[in-house]
Amino acid sequence: MIAEALFFSGILFAIGVIGVLTRRNAIIVFMCVELMLNAVNLSFVAFSRMHGVAGQTFVVFVMTVAAAEAAVGLAIIIAVFRHRQTVNLDRLDLLKG
Amino acid sequence: MILQEAAAAGIHPLAGTPADWIWLVLALPLAGAVINGVLALVTEWHPGPFDPDPIHTGEHAIVPAPTLVERAERSTPRLMTVIEGRRRHGRPGPGDHGDHHEHGDEAGSHAPPARHPFLPLVSVVGPGVVIGAFGVAVMAFLAMLRADPEAPFILRYWNWMTAGSLRIEYALQLDQLSMLMTLVVTGVGALIHVFSVGYMRDDGGYARYFAGLNLFVFFMLVLVLAANYPVMFIGWEGVGLCSYLLISFWFTEKANADAGKKAFIVNRIGDAGFLIAMFLIFWNFRSLDFGPVNQAIAALPAGSPMLTAAALFLFLGCVGKSAQIPLYVWLPDAMAGPTPVSALIHAATMVTAGVYLVARSGTLFAAAPAASLTVVVVGALTAVFAASIGLKQWDIKKVLAYSTVSQLGYMFVAVGTGAYVAGIFHLVTHAFFKALLFLGAGAVIHAMHQAYHATGRDDDAQDMRNMGGLRRYLPVTFSTMWAATLAIAGIIPFAGFFSKDEILGATFAQARGSFLSHASWLGIPGSVVLFGAYVLLVIGAFMTAVYMTRMMLYTFHGPNRTGEAERRHLREVPLVMLLPLLVLGVLSVVGGWLNIPPLLGTLGPVGVLDRWLHPVLGAPAAALAAGRVEASHGAELTLVGAAVLVAVAGIALAVVRLRPARLVPKAEAPPESPGIERTLAHAYYVDDAYDAGIVEPALFTSRNVLYRGLDSGIIDKVFVSGIGWILPLTLGRIGSSLQSGRVGNYAWVLVLGALFVLGAFTLR
Amino acid sequence: MPLFYSFHFYLFGLIAVASAIAFVTRRSPVAAALWLVITMFALAALYVMLDAHFIGVIQVLVYAGAIMVVFLFVVMLLNLGQPTELADVRSRRGRLAAGAIGVALAAQLLTVLRGRIPVLPPDPVVPANAIAPVAENLFTDNLLAFEITSILLLVAIVGAVVLAKPGRAREDASVVAGGVPGESRRGREAGA
Repeated sequence: MIAEALFFSGILFAIGVIGVLTRRNAIIVFMCVELMLNAVNLSFVAFSRMHGVAGQTFVVFVMTVAAAEAAVGLAIIIAVFRHRQTVNLDRLDLLKG
Repeated sequence: MILQEAAAAGIHPLAGTPADWIWLVLALPLAGAVINGVLALVTEWHPGPFDPDPIHTGEHAIVPAPTLVERAERSTPRLMTVIEGRRRHGRPGPGDHGDHHEHGDEAGSHAPPARHPFLPLVSVVGPGVVIGAFGVAVMAFLAMLRADPEAPFILRYWNWMTAGSLRIEYALQLDQLSMLMTLVVTGVGALIHVFSVGYMRDDGGYARYFAGLNLFVFFMLVLVLAANYPVMFIGWEGVGLCSYLLISFWFTEKANADAGKKAFIVNRIGDAGFLIAMFLIFWNFRSLDFGPVNQAIAALPAGSPMLTAAALFLFLGCVGKSAQIPLYVWLPDAMAGPTPVSALIHAATMVTAGVYLVARSGTLFAAAPAASLTVVVVGALTAVFAASIGLKQWDIKKVLAYSTVSQLGYMFVAVGTGAYVAGIFHLVTHAFFKALLFLGAGAVIHAMHQAYHATGRDDDAQDMRNMGGLRRYLPVTFSTMWAATLAIAGIIPFAGFFSKDEILGATFAQARGSFLSHASWLGIPGSVVLFGAYVLLVIGAFMTAVYMTRMMLYTFHGPNRTGEAERRHLREVPLVMLLPLLVLGVLSVVGGWLNIPPLLGTLGPVGVLDRWLHPVLGAPAAALAAGRVEASHGAELTLVGAAVLVAVAGIALAVVRLRPARLVPKAEAPPESPGIERTLAHAYYVDDAYDAGIVEPALFTSRNVLYRGLDSGIIDKVFVSGIGWILPLTLGRIGSSLQSGRVGNYAWVLVLGALFVLGAFTLR
Repeated sequence: MPLFYSFHFYLFGLIAVASAIAFVTRRSPVAAALWLVITMFALAALYVMLDAHFIGVIQVLVYAGAIMVVFLFVVMLLNLGQPTELADVRSRRGRLAAGAIGVALAAQLLTVLRGRIPVLPPDPVVPANAIAPVAENLFTDNLLAFEITSILLLVAIVGAVVLAKPGRAREDASVVAGGVPGESRRGREAGA
């Protein structure tokens, strides 16, 4: 089953990447990033099945960090929305060189 | 015994004698140069901002803080400093290339001059170190007389560089030839230093002058005492440097600075030849020390192309340093420097370095007869060419300058013919009488300047048309200069007679059946070349007598043209300047006793110099003279008589045909009549030819091709501006598009990068 | 592998992938979020089937239950529920390119497995207790990381509060965004 789990993990990750590249709504892009993190969690769990419990510990960490990141990221998106009235990534180009 | 073997076998007879201290001869002048140099820096340093080209005027003027010299001048009456003199110039000075700004001043009031702040100290240190060096040289000489060594005494000090088979050391070689040269350089140098104490007394650059002069003596001694070519080259370059520094001593006048530059640049052409010769010598003989090189030359067949090439390139160096055709043009311009400098550097010592080089490399030249013949040809042509120009010069120093070039031609004919001793002999006697002539001219110029200063007039103090009848006012100078004139003309029993006659005799003798005469020069048989050289030299002797007598007539005889008011201020120069003149005068008279030919053996000891220099120069001379037919006693006597007759005829012609009374002062003098007069006065327009043919094209190429075309047009436009134009369009656009500020784009780049890295791992 | 097990494994896997694809292709953010929740549930099932019971539970509790809820909060707060921006999804060319990249990425990830498929040891260690091993590992070997994570959470909380606050957040955000005075003033006027 490990191979199949990894197989799914890879596909989910790729789907996440496609989502990041395709979508312009910042929140949706953020959710795609969460999807990628989930795919990675699946890999970790699969390997933990083989090699011991450290993989699950790491999944705990990943989830924690994902939660923190989601909080801060969404706060940023809110703040940005207040200024630019949009969450369209194409319109958020103040860093344009 | 071959020199090198002797030196290797056991202790040299000179070891443990005062000759061990010969390094003092170098150290003393160097120390003097350093001390005087420091003093010069202290006195002539401008604290604070300094604007040499006052473009800031009025209220924005940058007023330099005064140097020590200028402060001394403010507390005491005006000192004609270099800077002060220049600031007073309302207009550029009159006069030609050979500038007469002897005292750095053109116009203005002439209150009695004050002194350089360190005058007493410099006056002791400057000449003192050279006199000390002379003393050491004398002691070494006496030791050498006692020991009478066959082989050279080589003292090695430090290893300079070792690279593969190349090994160069700082080594001094003391043999008869270098001993003689050392004595001449330090002796005549000391006299000229003493003379300078009086001559340069009122100059603000007093310390700088003696620093340069001491440094020159140091480098010249390095040159003559070197034991290998590279160390000699150090001296060679060093004297060129000091020559530049001293010629442009009054550098605030552009003409003087230009003269210094010209000397150095023309010299450099010769130096390149010297370097190439050194490369060839090393390439063939794997050593650059004189001893091993001379031994190795014996192994090659005479006349081989390698030897000829090396000798010719060495001679190119001599052509530059010793002012032969075509690189003599710097010497007349070098008269822009102070007169004692001209005496020391451009008469007695530096210009003779080329002759010394050929003599030192005698073995090489003897094994390359074609090169020796080239030396003869160039020397003979120069002798006549320069003498002809001297016939029509009005500046007293220019006459002497061309005379020097001509006499150097004589020396080169001598060493070219293989009569190395004759060449060195003439070198020594020429040092005596030419230094005397220059110092005498300096005395004359000094007196003229004093007179002009006193009356406030501003005229050329060096032009003979402003002189005349000075024998009444400068009697001692007058008599010593006549002694020198008779010497240079070759009147028996003065010094120049013996040396010049020996050269003529050697040339004539070599033309008949010697090894050299069997060689050919560009297809012309050697005997023809030598005969031709002999004829040219005789013509040159005639012209020498004429122009020297002309100089004496116009300067000392006839009515005085200096002016009513000035005449009252003309007086003999002080004792400190007269003493060297007297000593050199005595030497010009008795100097010929150094090498009396056997023909005139009744006059005194025969061939002293021959015997003295035999260990060094005997072998190469014999090689070139092998097989010659000696002239009969009667024929020799005839030749000697003819030489004297020619000289007397020249003097007589000058006395009879030239009327000093017909001269007018320079200011009222008519221009030269066209034709031969004007051509000679302008030195065959050689300078103008070089200007038009070499300098102008070089400047044009630099300005238009290299600067406008290559530098501005191509490098600046294409590479600098072009790149500056292309990059924003190409890389700049790419970079800008990457910096869109949009997260989506960044995500793309990120993913692509990750893909790339992953690919590197997976697709191995 | 018993059929029951592998059938359900594939089932949940396919649900996960299908809902992920659905999530990525929705226009409405709310719909997308809900599809993501389904994906997470499927993943939780997979975790349980891989004997990571604890992880499966906290996946549902934390990820699906807390993080996705926050996402939905923000979507609702910013009133982005309607699919107003028709241009949300990029041009066809962009989508094709993204698709290609995705395929390439997946292919690469899967080639890692090629020939090196890990085989389960014959007697796989099935932990009797679900939580104890994890807790033991977490609080002994990785204690430092655990502590750091707690600080990280604290920082995140503080940061989120600071960033999202209306008054001070605006000034700080304007500094962060490069200080375009006009924008912030407009923002202040609009948001006040």
